[in-house]
Amino acid sequence: MRYLTARKRAEGKGAAHHGTEHHWYMTVSGAGLALLVPIFIFIFGRALGGSYEEVVATFGRPFPAIITGLVIVVGLRHFVSGFTMMVEDYTHGTTRKLLVIGVITVSYFLMAAGLFALAKIAL
Amino acid sequence: MVQLTLPKNSRIRTGKTWPKPEGATNVREFKIYRWNPDDGENPRVDTYFLDMDKCGPMVLDALIKIKNEIDPTLTFRRSCREGICGSCAMNIDGINTLACIYGMEDIKTPVVKIYPLPHMSVVKDLIPDLTHFYAQHASIMPWLETKTNRPQKEWKQSIEDRKKLDGLYECVMCASCSTSCPSYWWNSDRYLGPAALLHAYRWIIDSRDEATGERLDDLEDPFKLYRCHTIMNCAKTCPKGLNPAAAIAEIKRMMVNRIV
Repeated sequence: MRYLTARKRAEGKGAAHHGTEHHWYMTVSGAGLALLVPIFIFIFGRALGGSYEEVVATFGRPFPAIITGLVIVVGLRHFVSGFTMMVEDYTHGTTRKLLVIGVITVSYFLMAAGLFALAKIAL
Repeated sequence: MVQLTLPKNSRIRTGKTWPKPEGATNVREFKIYRWNPDDGENPRVDTYFLDMDKCGPMVLDALIKIKNEIDPTLTFRRSCREGICGSCAMNIDGINTLACIYGMEDIKTPVVKIYPLPHMSVVKDLIPDLTHFYAQHASIMPWLETKTNRPQKEWKQSIEDRKKLDGLYECVMCASCSTSCPSYWWNSDRYLGPAALLHAYRWIIDSRDEATGERLDDLEDPFKLYRCHTIMNCAKTCPKGLNPAAAIAEIKRMMVNRIV
């Protein structure tokens, strides 16, 4: 029980003076992914069912490799931002902090693994 | 943390069923949330029956008739009975609205279900505790802030600039929008909610106000403003037909314009 006034509770710790960059990044990366993902699905779909050599040849070409790399990096960074926001929505306190750390760690690990796999195929 | 189940002492039980009016042919059933902090019991839903031939057309008319003629202990706020004061906001048939301007004929189900505004502490029966909601409204400085010396006659405003306030100044602070917003349910301790943000925008966009920068500074926060995920429940439920989500989107656009 704390004897705080309603105004004190409403003001809290004041404004953090950030969040706009996050909002702008999500808007821009969302628009970028709306363009990138259909192209990636088209490339990935055409490679599906092909032999090992054909798939390696597809992702060995510059354009499919760059699109795939962009989807991995932009997509996972977008995922990190979006999922972090979701965690912040539904959890509080230490759980929130631990989950945010977990999401960031897993996402960047997936990003590194994806880029490593792509480099191994393309280079 | 999101709570998926109610605490034991908040679980709603079946309450008292009051007798039907004698000789009435046009009877409607009302199920109304009841909770009294003084009796130490769980909330319950009481059932009332009204002769609709002897009742006014609005939900508030029915509530007043129940209080006057059946159960004087039923507690709810009301004042203007014409959608101006915002006192009688409650959840009727699953929609947050004002009981005084919500017609009984708009409720398609035979049973009229009435609950207090969702996800708020209840003071008694249909009365939510709006202390934090009002404090959040006060925190956005809902008044004209000027730095220039006061003019001799008045602060002038063009007709075009005045038009920008339409759809904003009409808000009666009934809290229907904020209490329909899932983001406000989960994070109302830090998220200002649609009503306070609509009012914030009303002062930000006012051509006479000279604290635009400070107002935007105060709102630039991942929780105060950016918890709005454009769910649009606020616009759907507003009994005055306003669109708080559009006002919030405009604030976000102004924030972006400051950095890009």
